Parts: sequence; C-alpha cells; structure tokens
Amino acid sequence: MRYEALMQRLAHHALPGEDEPNNGGAALSRREFLKLSAGSAFALGLFTLPQVAHAAGGGQALKPNEMPDAFIAVRTDGGVVIQVNRLEFGQGVYTALPMLLAEEFDADWAHVEPQLAPAGNAYKDPYMGMQMTGGSMSVKNSWLQYRDLGARARAMFVAAAARRWGVSPASCRTQDSQVLGPDGQRAPYGELAAAAMQEAVPDQVALKVPADFTLIGKPTRRLDSPAKVSGREQYGLDVHLPGMKTVLLAKPPVFGARLGRWDAAAARRVVGVADVFPVQLDRGASGLAVVAEGFWPAQQGRRALQVEWDTSGVEKVDSARQLAHYRELAGTPGLVARADDVSALGQAAHRLHAEYEFPYLAHAPMEVLNCTLHYSGERCEIWVGTQFQTMDQLAVAKVLGLKPEQVVIHTQMAGGGFGRRAVPTSDYMVEAAWVAKGWRQAGHVEPIKVMWTREDDLHGGYYRSAYLHRVDIGFNGSGRILGWKHTVVGQSIVAGTSMAPFLMKGGIDHLVVEGIVDTPYRLPMHLEVHQPEVNVPVLWWRSVGNTHTAYVMETLVDELAQQSGIDTVAYRKQLMQGRHPRHAAALDLAVSQSGYGRRTLPKNHAWGVAVHEAFGSVVAYVVEAALENGQPRLLRATAGVHCNLAVNPLTVRAQIEGAALMALSTTLPGNAITLKDGVVQQDNFDTYAIARMNVMPEIDVHIVPSADPPMGMGEPGLPPLAPAYANAIARLTGRRLRRLPFDLS
Amino acid sequence: MIEFQLNGRAVALAVDPSTPLLWALRDHLAMTGTKFGCGEALCGACTVHLDGAAIRSCVTPLSAVAGKKVQTIEAMQDDMIGRAVQKAWIEHDVVQCGYCQSGQIMSAVSLLKAHPHPSEADIVGAMSGNLCRCGTYQRIKAAIQAAAAELAA
Ligand code: FES
Ligand code: FES
Repeated sequence: MRYEALMQRLAHHALPGEDEPNNGGAALSRREFLKLSAGSAFALGLFTLPQVAHAAGGGQALKPNEMPDAFIAVRTDGGVVIQVNRLEFGQGVYTALPMLLAEEFDADWAHVEPQLAPAGNAYKDPYMGMQMTGGSMSVKNSWLQYRDLGARARAMFVAAAARRWGVSPASCRTQDSQVLGPDGQRAPYGELAAAAMQEAVPDQVALKVPADFTLIGKPTRRLDSPAKVSGREQYGLDVHLPGMKTVLLAKPPVFGARLGRWDAAAARRVVGVADVFPVQLDRGASGLAVVAEGFWPAQQGRRALQVEWDTSGVEKVDSARQLAHYRELAGTPGLVARADDVSALGQAAHRLHAEYEFPYLAHAPMEVLNCTLHYSGERCEIWVGTQFQTMDQLAVAKVLGLKPEQVVIHTQMAGGGFGRRAVPTSDYMVEAAWVAKGWRQAGHVEPIKVMWTREDDLHGGYYRSAYLHRVDIGFNGSGRILGWKHTVVGQSIVAGTSMAPFLMKGGIDHLVVEGIVDTPYRLPMHLEVHQPEVNVPVLWWRSVGNTHTAYVMETLVDELAQQSGIDTVAYRKQLMQGRHPRHAAALDLAVSQSGYGRRTLPKNHAWGVAVHEAFGSVVAYVVEAALENGQPRLLRATAGVHCNLAVNPLTVRAQIEGAALMALSTTLPGNAITLKDGVVQQDNFDTYAIARMNVMPEIDVHIVPSADPPMGMGEPGLPPLAPAYANAIARLTGRRLRRLPFDLS
Repeated sequence: MIEFQLNGRAVALAVDPSTPLLWALRDHLAMTGTKFGCGEALCGACTVHLDGAAIRSCVTPLSAVAGKKVQTIEAMQDDMIGRAVQKAWIEHDVVQCGYCQSGQIMSAVSLLKAHPHPSEADIVGAMSGNLCRCGTYQRIKAAIQAAAAELAA
C-alpha cells in the first residue's frame, strides 16, 4: 500500500489490512481536488457558483444554504467532496460536518473529501445569517442543515437509479455510496452522479433516527491528520502566489497612536525591501508598511526604521492604575443585571466577602495573524483563515470601494484562533486592505501577504478583557444562601460594534455577565455591572464571559460548602434543587469515574470540583492536585461531559483536553497581559507563559450518553477547570486564590 | 552562495547569510511544512534536523547551515522512525489545528533516534520546548510511546 494511501486509510478509521482504495481517490492532495473540481470529472456540484439555482428545477422553496449543489460533489470515481462552511482551526469541523452529511447521504466514508468553503451566500450559518465560526455553534447549527443536505442528495441519487431501473424509489436502498435496487441492482454514486443532477431537489426529506446512525456518534479519526502530520497542509501563512511580497507593519506602541516623524532611508537600503509607505491602521492609528521579498528583509527593514510616534490624545493605560480605578467603580452603583430580593443578607449568621481579579489575556494562536491579498482595482482576492467571512468581506469591500461580491475570500486552514479570527471590526483584514490600497496607489501590482510576528500578536490587542468581581454573600449555618450581592467591572466586548444590538440589553453586555446571571444555583442575587471604556481593544476569548464568571461562581460555591461543612458535590446539588439534571449527570459521571469520595488520596494531595454550563454543554471536573515544594501541581482531571449527542466522541475528548490545557495556562505565573504607560509589557512566549508538556495533567474524559440534538464542544471544557484546580489548592493550603494567574509566593 | 543538503538533495541559495534557515525554507525554497511561531526559539514550531540534531530554524542563520545536512518534516515519510511517528500521530488523533505538529514530530523523531526506549521523563524533557496552544500534549506523549513500541517490535 502506498504511504499516502495508508495515511489516508488510517485517518478514515479503516481497519488495517484492508485493500488500497481502487484508484487512490482518497489519496489525492487538496490541490488536486481543486483541479479536478474545476474539470468535468464532477457531475454534481457547482461550488464556484453557489447561488445558481439547480439545473433541473425543484427546491424552489429552499434557500441557497439548503441546496445540495453548493455542498456536495460526487466525482465519477466515487469521491464525495463536501464543502465545510466553517473555519477549521483545530475544533474538528472538517471531520464532524462531513460526518453529518455523509450519514444521511450514505456515503462511503473512506472516500469523503472535505474542503473549506469560500465566502458565499450558501455558506452562511442557517440561524445567524452570516458565514461565521464561533460560539461553539458549528455542529449545533449544522446538525439539521448538513443532514438535510445529505438526505436531499441521497433522494436525488435514488430517483436517478429508480428511473434507470424502472422501479419505485421507495424500493431502493442506499449504502456505502451505492444505490441498491429491489432485484439486486447496484449502482455506485459515481456512475449516477450525472443523472442525479437532472433530478428535482426535494423540499422535504425524512432524516434517520439516532438508532439508525452508522457514522454519527462513532469515534472517527480526523480527516485532516495526514496533511497535518506531513507538512503538506496549507495554512494562511503558507499561501504563496507568483511575485508575492511579504509585509510587516510598524505600529505605534500605544493603541490608537499615530505616525509622527519618520525616516525609512536605512530600511530601504536593506536588500529585498521593495517599498515603505505610511498606512492607516485600526482604531484611528497610523504606521508604516514595509514591503519586501519575504519575511527576513521585511523584518530587517522594519527594525531599521526611524519613527517617532504621536501619542497625544490617546489614553495610556496602566494596569496598576486600572485595578485601583476598577476597585473604586465596584463601590459605586452600576447597571442592574439581576435584581432578586437580597434584603435578608443583613440578617445572615455568616458573611463571605470576596474580590477577584482577572488580567487581560492574549489568544496567542500558534499561527500568527496573516492575510494575503491580490487587489486589481476592480476585484480583491483574499486568502485568509478567518472566522467571520461575511463581515470581513463587507469591511474589506468598504475600504477598497468595491461591492462585497468583488471581494473573494478563499478560506484557509488556521493554526488556532480561539476567537481572535472573529473580529467585528475585521481589524487585521482591514489593515491588510489599507496596505493593498497603498501598494496599488504606489504603482505596484503584485499580491501581498500581510503578516504579524508573535510580538505583533501579543501587542496587538483584542484581548480577553481584564475584570474585577466583588461579591458579598450572607448564608446561615446550613449553607442556605440568604443574599448574594455581586458586582462585575470590566469592558464590554460588543458595545459600539455591529453585534451590540444582539448581545446587549439595557446597556449590559450579556458576555460580561453570562455564567452569573443565569447560574443554575437557586439563590437570591443582586448583580450590578460597570463597563468602563478603556483604550485597550477586547474580544471574545475561548468561552468568553465564562472564562471569569465560572471561576468566581465555582470557587465561591466551594468555599460556602467548606464553611458550611457540607460535601462540595452534595452542596451543588442542594443549590440546584433538582432542576438541572444535565449538570447532575455530568457531575455524577466525573465523581464516579474519578473515585472522588471513595479513593483516599496520598498526603499533600487534594480533590477539587467544579461544574459549569456554557453554550448548551455542561462540563464537570473532578481534579486531583498536589503540593510539590510548596508549589501546586495539577495531576489529574476527570471530566464528565453532557453535550447531548456526541457527534464525534474523539473530537469531544480532544476539545476537553485542549480546553483544559488552555485553562491551566491561565493559572500559570506569567499568563497575563499587562500595560505600563499604555504599552503592553509582554513580547513573546518568554514573558507570556503558555502551558508546556511538563505541567500537563492526565486528562480523562467521560461523556453522558444522550440522543438529544448536539450542543457545541469547542469552548465548554475551559471554564470549570481553573476553579476546580483552585478549589483543590484551597483544600491543600487553606488559601483561596482570588487572582489569576495564581501566585502562591 | 550558500550550499547545503536539504532532505537529501543539494541546494544553493544566493541570499543574505544572516537569513534564518526557517525563512530560507519557507520564502526561498517554498518548503512551508516548517512553521513560524515565535522567531525566538521559544515555541519549537520551526524545529528541523541539522546533521541529525533537532534545532530551531528560526534562530539558525543560513551561514551556520553551509555544508551541512538539513532534514525537514517533508522528509519524514522517507525515514523509518519518521514514518512510525506520523502513523502513531494519526492513530492517536493527535492533531487539532495542527500548526505546531511539524515541530512536534521533528522533536519526537529526534528523541526516538537518541533514545529508542524513552522514559516518561525523557519524553517530557525532549518535548517541553514545543508549545501546542491547542493542548495536544497528552496524545503526543501517548503517540511517542506507541511509536517507540512499534519500532521495537
Ligand atoms: S518559531 Fe522557532 S522556536 Fe518558535
Ligand atoms: S495542534 Fe494547534 S497548536 Fe498544536
């Protein structure tokens, strides 16, 4: 068996020893698929023209994102090419979405070949009205859409075969990319594709019931592994076009500051530097674009620039001052997000006062931001790994004075993102468009790749916002909560953006209070919010508001349990009063699988527990932590997950493992973005710490069985990990850690 | 003109000798399997083998490579240990975004060349210089153990 074919087979979860696929169809590279898809080997599918109505009519009642044409192409050799309308950046949609479609299409999984869809009408999220990846919504919102698409295509293939054989469609079955007739007839999809194209698209199709699934719910290996373990995968940063130049931007050290006096003579003398010119930047800033033959001359050119920055009139944020200011704000009345009666608080036998601090956090995806453009004046072609195609298309069109359809976006694989590639202002793409405009105005025609360095990334803003929480709780001897007063101070993520109308109510950004205002615990809460405007751009960061709200809620509940002498798991259930069975199921599973309450831990080890719902999925962790030379160490984390039906359990596990690690990073010394005199103080991974293998805990994931429609799993694994760890540390040391990252010195 | 051997074939480049090997590979030789993550030897995404040893190509100037042998991720399928590691990676469904994985694999292969039977501490020691923001470490460790077992069989 050829090496590539072997790799492909492994990825398709085939059993070892099986024969090589007939013509190596599955072993074709992505580039070859593209070539093929442009040729006549494709009988069904009009990828490049997703808006075109189906040739044979039918489907008049259907929207473009319900028409199979834009999503499925069957090659004559049987290859089933499926367009994935989401960005693949690690979360596994490149495998999960084809699983949904292939299940109903009865496609032979060994010959399924995903592609990332370009920006297009048909590829908009069916519920959001825009093409986007975020909010752990991909599988959840594609659940019916992709299955419907598969079922519609299947009906068309069945109709074509039935017509050929002169039998009724109802007498035919489908299996492994073949239609099977009532009298032993057999036609592979590849043979039927041209005829199927002539069949009407059915409006209504019946979907399988979960008991009939053969693919959905089965642990299925990722389809992108072979390309990603061999260096063949093309990410945005790998795009190479003839004549292409590399661009680095010299940006001001303070957000929104402007270019002052500058001298690029030395930069221009660097061999390989093609041009240097001023460019408009995000948030009213300005700077210089250094265009060169590749990264190294661009970097040397940028270093050789002489620039003075005009920082007048822009706020120079200082983290220490900001904290003091947030403390003051917390003592003043804010906007009321929840107003239960907490008048009994004053009579409580016990009080718990707590103040929590969370720093700014950078997403720091391993692939730095980048955007490649070829702008001809009437058209701009873009290669980018973005989470927000529709908004970016509009934003770039506006900068270049084009119509949105004149901006073509080729979605690229992305090396992580965690929210940073979903920017309501399209910051890095708009800046790249300004460069493209300047480059063209200077008389150049070559395509350009605008890229960031890690330093640009950590200095570049759009962080998880810094937050301060102040909480005052009154409770009685049996742990009953009489009143819970809670104030959150921190920037709104969506205020002033196009997303505000959807996510703000009464001036309050839901993303600041999610995870508190909707707590599953029955308690009288008064919640107030302050959303100061600060000259630091902020953004959603994997699990958004839950990154800080879960930490506060779950460490406080643990503390109340401890002070009340009640087991922390039992106390949570007591507070939920039987109203949250999915939370209880996730907790119970984590408890039983971890051995919590049954297994005695060694000296200097302790349990920690937390549970939290985010994006419709509940994750509970029972962790085991230890003290080693006075420093805490997370040894083990057992997860109980309730995400309804787990479409691909392998991915669910991977997402929990990854989210847990990212949460662990937030506890490590050095995992904070701080500012002094307006300047970000972290430059690279030496000063912005990320978890490495030497701090990795063992992570064990268990999924509650369910046949209900699936919820998202990209983010929910993150919120409860850090509080579970902190709760274990509290049992070990008696210290309640109220500031992230942890500091036990 | 700087000459070296890349994945078994001779290459000659007429570029600034201070150019890091990473950018010579990516920008001048169109070999994009080797990744940029930090540029400061802090993340391991750019790991390649220089005369058999794992190095960070982002801080290795071309001048230091002259006359030597460079191997990149693109050559791993022709290497017995490289193949075993790639296979184990797929079987353990290691990758998420995958961006760090070229570097992870190059570090893992280098480890297995030096220590065919690595202890857990050997693995952690050899791999802790390679960051994975997606958090795939647990599977990386298991895949290295599996590759070592398969190579020993
Ligand atoms: S890019 Fe070389 S170590 Fe990070
Ligand atoms: S797989 Fe994404 S950084 Fe490692």
